[in-house]
Amino acid sequence: MALKTLILRAPGINRDEDAAAAIELAGGVAERVHINRIVEGSVRLHDYALLIIPGGFSYGDHLGAGKLLAVDLAHRLGEQLRDFVADGRPVIGICNGFQVLVKAGVLPGDMNQATPTTWNKDEPNSPALQRRVTPAATLTDNVHGQFECSWAYLEADQTSQCVFTRGIERPIELPIAHGEGRFVARDAAALSALQANRQVALRYIAAAHGYPANPNGSDDAIAGICNAQGNVLGLMPHPENAILPTQHPAWTREPLRAEGDGLVIFRNALRYAAG
Amino acid sequence: MGQFLVSVRSRVHHTAPQLLYVLDAPFDQAAAERLAMLLLHDPLVQSATTEPLDRLADLDLPAETRAVEIAYLPGVTDNQAESVKIGALRLSLPPLQVVHTLRRHLIAATSNPAAQRALYNPLIESHLVLEAGPAQAAQREHFYRGLLQTPGETSPQIARVALREADDARLQQISRAGILALDLAEMRAIQAFYRSENREPTDGELETLAQTWSEHCSHKTFKARVRYVHKGQGSAPRDQPELYAALHLLESAPVVEIDSLIKTFLISATAEVLKRRTTNSGQPATDGPAPKLHPLTPDPWILSAFVDNAGIIAFGEAHELSIKVETHNHPSALEPFGGANTGVGGVVRDVLGVSAQPIANTNVLCFGPLDLALSELAPGVLHPRTVAAGVVAGVRDYGNKLGIPMVNGAVLYERGYTANPLVFCGTVGLAPRGRHPRNLQPGDACVVLGGRTGRDGIHGATFSSEELTNTTAQEVGSAVQIGDPISEKKLLDVLMQARDAGLYSAITDCGAGGLSSAVGEMGEKTGVRVTLEAVPLKYAGLQPWEIWLSEAQERMVLAVPPVHLPELLGLCAGEDVEATVIGEFSGDGRLTVTHQGALVVDLAMAFLHDGRPQRVLEAEWRPAAGVHADRTQITPDKPDASYKRHLLALLAHPNIASKAAIIRTYDHEVGGRTVIKPLVGVERSGPGDAAVLRPLPSSSEGLALGCGINPRYGAIDPYWMALAVVDEALRNVVAVGGDPGRTVILDNFCWGDPRLPDRMAGLTRAAAGCYDAALAYGTPFVSGKDSLNNEYRDAAGNRQAIPPTLLITALAHVPDVQQAVTMDLKEVGNQVYLVGITDDELAGGHLHDVVAPSALSPQPSALPDVVAPPALSPQPSALPTVDIAMAPRILAAVHAAIRSGLVRACHDLSEGGLAVAAAEMAFAGGHGLALDLAAQPTNQALSSTALLFAESPTRFLVEVPPQHAAAFESLLLGLPHAVLGVVASSAELVIHHGQTELIRAPLGELQAAWQGTTVV
Repeated sequence: MALKTLILRAPGINRDEDAAAAIELAGGVAERVHINRIVEGSVRLHDYALLIIPGGFSYGDHLGAGKLLAVDLAHRLGEQLRDFVADGRPVIGICNGFQVLVKAGVLPGDMNQATPTTWNKDEPNSPALQRRVTPAATLTDNVHGQFECSWAYLEADQTSQCVFTRGIERPIELPIAHGEGRFVARDAAALSALQANRQVALRYIAAAHGYPANPNGSDDAIAGICNAQGNVLGLMPHPENAILPTQHPAWTREPLRAEGDGLVIFRNALRYAAG
Repeated sequence: MGQFLVSVRSRVHHTAPQLLYVLDAPFDQAAAERLAMLLLHDPLVQSATTEPLDRLADLDLPAETRAVEIAYLPGVTDNQAESVKIGALRLSLPPLQVVHTLRRHLIAATSNPAAQRALYNPLIESHLVLEAGPAQAAQREHFYRGLLQTPGETSPQIARVALREADDARLQQISRAGILALDLAEMRAIQAFYRSENREPTDGELETLAQTWSEHCSHKTFKARVRYVHKGQGSAPRDQPELYAALHLLESAPVVEIDSLIKTFLISATAEVLKRRTTNSGQPATDGPAPKLHPLTPDPWILSAFVDNAGIIAFGEAHELSIKVETHNHPSALEPFGGANTGVGGVVRDVLGVSAQPIANTNVLCFGPLDLALSELAPGVLHPRTVAAGVVAGVRDYGNKLGIPMVNGAVLYERGYTANPLVFCGTVGLAPRGRHPRNLQPGDACVVLGGRTGRDGIHGATFSSEELTNTTAQEVGSAVQIGDPISEKKLLDVLMQARDAGLYSAITDCGAGGLSSAVGEMGEKTGVRVTLEAVPLKYAGLQPWEIWLSEAQERMVLAVPPVHLPELLGLCAGEDVEATVIGEFSGDGRLTVTHQGALVVDLAMAFLHDGRPQRVLEAEWRPAAGVHADRTQITPDKPDASYKRHLLALLAHPNIASKAAIIRTYDHEVGGRTVIKPLVGVERSGPGDAAVLRPLPSSSEGLALGCGINPRYGAIDPYWMALAVVDEALRNVVAVGGDPGRTVILDNFCWGDPRLPDRMAGLTRAAAGCYDAALAYGTPFVSGKDSLNNEYRDAAGNRQAIPPTLLITALAHVPDVQQAVTMDLKEVGNQVYLVGITDDELAGGHLHDVVAPSALSPQPSALPDVVAPPALSPQPSALPTVDIAMAPRILAAVHAAIRSGLVRACHDLSEGGLAVAAAEMAFAGGHGLALDLAAQPTNQALSSTALLFAESPTRFLVEVPPQHAAAFESLLLGLPHAVLGVVASSAELVIHHGQTELIRAPLGELQAAWQGTTVV
């Protein structure tokens, strides 16, 4: 039986069909499920092999990108999500999904502190709570202050724990489309810890094409990170929009590639979920 | 239990405005602090403080600094505040009653008033200016508490308007005072109706009639009887009169009567094109000299034209594409962000209104010059920079958040758009074939879906039927709104599921006129009864007629058979979309609206929809002296080194320069369908001619989406403008691989006041041009829209209209997206052909903006004083005319070459002519180009100036590999074409005319010029 992927829908999520198309092209079965179905219990995360939180503008991103859906996830699905991750099942957060995972504390994940997913609603306010809900990293406004849609060159960190970027040995090209994609670590120590834990999955790199090597000003040019176990990936670029050869921006002037550079990430996810 | 202020400050962007949240909360300060900690700020990059409103600390303002705090006015959509309410619920806090968001700008105390004024728009925002000092906290508390006040309940009132005994002056006064925009004949018709009914109208009825009969909803100018008077010399070509039939009709007699422009020139054009396509199916046409244009397409290709909310064509085996282009001009002039924002939302709902999923957006924006001096700005007019920045942000916000890629567009800057900017928004939809229901039955429930109704957007439909003045903002500020794209996205999500489950029998969008228009149109054939108290409201205090008229955004109306009602309501509840039964479709042919039992509207549908008297409009055309005159008089050369300078100046011209600064802020990738993107080439920096989309991943069939617009020609002769812009739109889609034989087009007319005979004459000529073009090219119109009264009237009564503007949008079939081509040069050694005839046609061209008038002769003759804005300086030479006998053959041949895989790059020649197109192809491809103009196809000897910069239509530069040259030339047999040069390995553009070198410029210099201009 084919493994089922749950593509999370929520108000303002808008690349759910794109993610479903990528999973299907990679040989999987995708189901787009509204968050309310999981909350009401008619659908259980546990019944799926893979979870994707797609891109979009969840709840309009009015309180900071991904913030309200992060609170929503932590508050309404915290336990299910934590179990899913702890179980080692693969999770991908793309763009807004990455922002959600970071702001919900799932990524970078356990940095020797509890994450916001462990709020107790009866716990009183305290500096200690404030410290605990301050994650090790965040995604914030691009340095140039603009939403930007373009294609970026990326390099997978060959030492990374990430299960989704395995085998990506050469630079790949993926589109970016975000206004709040600047990855910022809490401090130098947090960044070092990420690097030491081999949690950096993807970095922006310079290319011959004159694009800024780091289109949003991210620390260490980080485009994607994983959790310490490697089974949760968050990335700002959109691999789901780079699955077909003719999606590449220069396909009319280059030999047609066999497939888009992003497809491998979904294939890796399915392979890992199966194995 | 408490009222609090949460202040959030960025620790990263020190100049960013602070975000303030004013809360009226049923919880204590600890809970408010928790909200701030967990929801309202990002602790890594922001700091937050929470204070009770009655114990505000004084602001610690730095020296010489002033704070300006800005809040939305009560009733204006505040999306951020709604998110705070949802977030509080998610954190298990008790429901927040009222939330207001504000921003606080810190500015230098010495800032000039204009800079401070630019921070907010008083139409939608209130503000508080704070100087350091002791009174500050009290001032702020007063301001915040004012925001928290909720409107009180008012008792509903239904007024009667004394109409039956009114004299003409009184009738006109009633129309003016109520912003009804009805003329005397219409007011008299209403008066006569109520005399026969033996009663006075209610306020709700009069408002309903005004909306339904508004220019916006009924297109009364395009349906009017027009008396067209032609003064002066005609311009209809004498040979092949059948090709220019509509122009000959206009010039056939001193006075010509036309019964409805839309019927005569647009709907009939589509009917005639389709008839000819059918009669050309292999049987010789028997009725008339129609040229054989295209083979018959066996499938019923046009599924809906001019009938539904959007035009619909067949796509692939089992799908259909829909397309609509709208304008949102008046709202964008007053509140650029909100106007453009809701413009996108509105056109997307048009496509939802034909049960389709929006898959692509377009935007065409017309602004005043960004460098306009403040002293030249008329009272009440926003500066073009403010307009442009707001409009682009509004388009970006709505489209990006809906997840609809913005794939095509144009931005123009002309002085004539300063007071009246134009914002065209288009949407393409995709749906399974034949799943859009049109099967409403009496007994079906009338269900409103989506956003709640408030006092927003009242009189939008009628206000857009008046010109703007220096006081419009004060009078109709309520017509301006902010959109809520996430509500629309939720609506979109449930509607696609409802369509697939077959849950509704009819659907329409709630746009101009609100429920009155949507429900009135849906129930036109049956009748409908509505109970207004059922309509969910944003806040209390609305009068019944306001509920009925409100144009609050993000609402759709469905007719739902009772058997499907529970499933539909369940589907909506499951995705947090509000769906409410507000009435029932009846069988009595009446529009009956009640509020708590009282009659608000009780009208026969027949009078509402057919009672409006047809308008009679006068049109008088006086052709521009000299512009078409002697086409054999050649613009002489002034041979000097200025060609390169002209080229660089043209590349930097705002109308031509790169729009990357705008394009890059729009998401053009979402959906994964975008195969040819707006920017192409080796550095993705070349201007693509049109977008190509692959709607279905399972099929390699595609669509191309392009546009044509040229107000400069409109100011000279709208007939030839129409031909030129149809040609341009078709060139653009053909250049990327679109099939001109399977292309549909849309018209969007933006004009001045049609009651003025010169404006009306131009409009008539443009419509006639649409007819002749549609027939010549075999491209049917499937949809169209007009926006009239784009004029500004100052306090002294002086009027300024926009240049006559016609946007043509083309949607073409692409047989195989893998055969699509882009405009960037691909390979050294390939030949570069020019296809098409160049003529001495410099009138209306961009060269005039970069060259001193004296450099060109003959001396210009005066332009008509019709609507010539100052920017359109008098011009010599001829206005480009389109040879519509030849043009369709050129388009077909270029398409055949692309379809045969012979073409590596193709670029249409438009603004700036050959030189600009060649430069763009070269730097986009990163390859040099060497051209010799001696071989350039012309009908007569031309100056180098004309060869380089004339904007003659129907021309392409085409890159062809040497091995395909023979095949390419055989397809072009009998059509003007010539090899002008080759793709070169040197990184420069070199253009010779025979032995004379005209231009030699490094690619880097050309590209820098093109990319160096500020466009927003």
